[in-house]
Amino acid sequence: MYRTALRNVLAHKGRLLMTALAVLLGTAFVAGTLVFSDTMGRAMRNSYSTSFSDVSVLVSATGGDGGGPVDSDAPRGDRAVLTADTVKELAALPGTERARGVVSGFTAVADKKGDLIGKAWSSRGANFVPDASGADPRYPMAEGRGPRAAGEVALNRQAADKAGYHVGDTVRVAGNGAARDAVLTGVFTTDDPQVTSGGTLALMDTATAQQELLEPGRFSSVVLTAKPGTSEAQLLDQARAKAPAEGVELQTGQELKDEQTRMVADSVSGMKTMLLVFAGISLFVGIFIIVNTFTMLIAQRIKELALLRAVGAGRGQVTLSVLVEALAIGVVASVGGLLAGVGIGAGLQSLVHSFDEGMPTGSLVVAPVTVVGTLVVGVLVTVLSALLPAVRASRIPPVAAMSSGEQPTTQRGLVIRNSIGAVLAGAGLGLILAGANGTGSNAQHLLEFGAPLALIGVFVLLPLLSRPVIALVGPALAGVFGTPGKLARLNAVRNPRRTASTAAALTIGLTLVTALTVIGNSVTSAVTSMVGDTMKADYAVNMANGRQLSTDLTGLVAKADGVKAVSQVDNVWWDIEGVGKDRAIEGYDAAAFDQLIDLTMRSGSTAALGQDQVLVNQDFATKHQLSVGSTLRATAAEGAPVTLTVGGVFEATEGVSPIVAPNRLIEANDPHPLVQQILVKGVDGPTSALKQSIKDATGRNPVMEVRTMQDMVDDFSRIISTMLNLMYGLLGMAVVVAVLGVINTLAMSVFERKREIGMLRAIGLERRGIKRMIRLESVVISLFGAVIGVLLGCFLAWSALRILASELKGLTTVIPYGSVLLFLGLAALVGMVAALWPARRAARMDILSSIKTD
Amino acid sequence: MSTSTAYAAHTGVAAARATGLNKVYGEGETRVVALDDVSVAFGQGEFTAIMGPSGSGKSTLMHCMAGLDAVSSGSATIGDTELVGLKDKQLTRLRRDKIGFIFQAFNLLPTLTALENITLPMDIAGRKVDRAWLDRVVETVGLSGRLSHRPAQLSGGQQQRVACARALASKPEIIFADEPTGNLDSRSGAEILSFLRNSVRELGQTVVMVTHDPVAASYADRVVFLADGRIVDELHHPTADSVLDRMRRFDAKGRTS
Repeated sequence: MYRTALRNVLAHKGRLLMTALAVLLGTAFVAGTLVFSDTMGRAMRNSYSTSFSDVSVLVSATGGDGGGPVDSDAPRGDRAVLTADTVKELAALPGTERARGVVSGFTAVADKKGDLIGKAWSSRGANFVPDASGADPRYPMAEGRGPRAAGEVALNRQAADKAGYHVGDTVRVAGNGAARDAVLTGVFTTDDPQVTSGGTLALMDTATAQQELLEPGRFSSVVLTAKPGTSEAQLLDQARAKAPAEGVELQTGQELKDEQTRMVADSVSGMKTMLLVFAGISLFVGIFIIVNTFTMLIAQRIKELALLRAVGAGRGQVTLSVLVEALAIGVVASVGGLLAGVGIGAGLQSLVHSFDEGMPTGSLVVAPVTVVGTLVVGVLVTVLSALLPAVRASRIPPVAAMSSGEQPTTQRGLVIRNSIGAVLAGAGLGLILAGANGTGSNAQHLLEFGAPLALIGVFVLLPLLSRPVIALVGPALAGVFGTPGKLARLNAVRNPRRTASTAAALTIGLTLVTALTVIGNSVTSAVTSMVGDTMKADYAVNMANGRQLSTDLTGLVAKADGVKAVSQVDNVWWDIEGVGKDRAIEGYDAAAFDQLIDLTMRSGSTAALGQDQVLVNQDFATKHQLSVGSTLRATAAEGAPVTLTVGGVFEATEGVSPIVAPNRLIEANDPHPLVQQILVKGVDGPTSALKQSIKDATGRNPVMEVRTMQDMVDDFSRIISTMLNLMYGLLGMAVVVAVLGVINTLAMSVFERKREIGMLRAIGLERRGIKRMIRLESVVISLFGAVIGVLLGCFLAWSALRILASELKGLTTVIPYGSVLLFLGLAALVGMVAALWPARRAARMDILSSIKTD
Repeated sequence: MSTSTAYAAHTGVAAARATGLNKVYGEGETRVVALDDVSVAFGQGEFTAIMGPSGSGKSTLMHCMAGLDAVSSGSATIGDTELVGLKDKQLTRLRRDKIGFIFQAFNLLPTLTALENITLPMDIAGRKVDRAWLDRVVETVGLSGRLSHRPAQLSGGQQQRVACARALASKPEIIFADEPTGNLDSRSGAEILSFLRNSVRELGQTVVMVTHDPVAASYADRVVFLADGRIVDELHHPTADSVLDRMRRFDAKGRTS
């Protein structure tokens, strides 16, 4: 019995090839993900743990720059708790071998053109602590010497090489203050993972580092190395007794390592989960192919299976024999997938490494769970997918063995299937619609629950949908392509289940791709119109690391050549009576306002800013029953009472806060507003000369970004499109599997219909006509899947955007028709490509042997 | 088209002709001669049956003359057209425009209705359907009222009548029928055979039928007997008995040799 099953696998290996490939690709994706993430995880852990090798206890100032390798963007703390005295006291502890006061913070280094080297988030500065010999064991100098005085700096090797700096060059460096020039005294290497992963590290002498990054005399952390014989825990206890009681955190080296391990594990597992989701999608798509293949194989072997039953095989045995076939394919394909997956893991690692040389590498990790998991998943998916066809096979009556050669086209009723599908799809769509009309997390849950329900419902309904949807293109097909077109359409709807499960693979991919694209496009266009509608300024100046701008910069920019109007944007969160504290009041320079910001006034005028009055937007005014002349009582940050008089009401726009005040009013009551942006209008618009003159005026600080509104929009849309491209890449695998499915279905259909094809050839259809017929059938099926996917995707995106719109004003669904058409075109192309081989086979069929009666 | 020749029965003009036809399969020890120097002509407006025991080469002869199979040597013509040397595309065109086929297993497209199956060859050619002729053919085969049915809704006899109508509808120069009654019960078979005979007598069609059934052969005007790839005999105005009688002599000869 089982020998029969295995013989069948061998006999049909050509026809099972696509199934095996589908399983192989899916499992390879799974195995590749696991191997890659395990390997990356281990490499990262290894690389991070070296940076704690000399740390027994770390005493770090909380609320300040911790000096740890991870955080560097936390705002400056108010209390200087770690001083040189603290370092001395800690060094004097009986268990301390060495104590090192660490100064660490954001430091930007400019390249020769004045632009920031690397990324703002990974640009750091630290203090160089020379020992008696003048060297710092933590930062061994590869060239030159360490910095000893102000005006000297050392750079890590990668950053120096990237910018082309050599020892002796003058380098422009900026910490929290203004940029300044320093002489490059040395180039060093370090195994600090944040530096090796592409970061920039500038070393200064301790006093300069304190001056530039913190405050004089202050340290961000103290690293204690224990004497031999003193455990980390003992040293921790000693240090705790001496360290300031508040504002510091003490951790042992082991704790730091554990924390690091956990963080690495978290970040790797996030990536792993995402990749596994896409691997799961590929496998899910593969299920349709497996089900299709076995259903078709069994249909072709009705007589054979009936014969087995006739000679005495039980139903269970027939089912089992089919399952054994599936098992054999599952095992072979999963083993192949595992091997391919290890290869993918290795490939991904070197790919990541080639993009970013700093990424740690290590030997491949093939964990037992990877091997077992991949094999189990592959085999289970194959066998479970074959279960339904196998059970159906057992229902073939023995008498079918005696029936004539004509295969009865048993079309089991779709009534039950359609009812289930209608209920699922209806419930899903209902939930989504309810979610789309609601707001907040509740609506989000409705969508999250409704979307998969609707998807499954639509998949169940695909056979029902296939006829009417494909009928739509019928006249066009017959009109343009004649008889082959007409036959292609009829063949496509001939077996709705088969068409549906073939198309479903593409539907899944297209639904996701379309939904993501529509959402991305809508968000981008919302942001574009937001910026474009209100901003009249030519340039916006801000810090690349998102920090506060020094207030004297505004004056410097104002003096730059070609500047017509300037305003810094103040932000304060005053406690407004009846409103609360969480509404930001945005401040602008009253005189420059009209040249920088374009508001549509409903009442009053922007000139009111000149009289120290505020402007509020329509929504805010309606909510709090305000009109021109109304007043609001507020308490400023320092406790000073302020009365805000409404001088105008403007149409709400996402680009401007609901309350706009003149800077003079804000600064009179709050000397320290948050300033993150300076808006500039030029005499001749956004020219590169203006940009350069702003840069020069502000001391050519590499952290300073001078961008046009278009630059900001472009930067934003680049982020969106990078994300979309990543998703497209990951969904590509599912599409490849879907193509295999189309090839599979067509090849099997061609085999099943070989007599028809032979007859068509006999009565005069040319080879070209046969090819065209198969190709068009493929295109019709692919387009059917794609159209449903695009529609579903648009719908899902629309509902998600409706929910998001409550948080982002002006967000509406913008369907990128070009992209949608491109997707449909690609789907048609996929159909064409998938049909190449089956169509060729069909056209080459020998007429006589195809029409021969058996 | 060939309408002018449709009523040219008994004028001695050949609708199809084979001259010195050879068909050899395989090489060396596996070499099989399926047709051995066969020369035969099928007259216009004539109903010819090709008979012979299994393996006599009767189907091969039909396939070669219908442009479905390539010959090893010799010549085969349909009307004035020499088949030997034609490219696949030209052969396909020839089959489409000048030949009608009736197969043992009906070979209808299950997705098309009876009417669509009948007009399929003309649809493929992109030719206009002669409505009056189509009506006449449909009426003759007795399919009126079932034209919108799909093959699965028709009985075997009805399906074969659709196949006959398909062969006739495009007014081919010659119809080749390969065991057209092989899958039918005797009553349906008799209907089909009468219909084929009527199409020759009344519509002036030329029909060549391969069969191993003496009763089927008795409907023909002439029976050509094949054995071992050679034409060994022929009968005019046969009856079932005379055909059977002739066949028995093959068997006897086959057993004695």
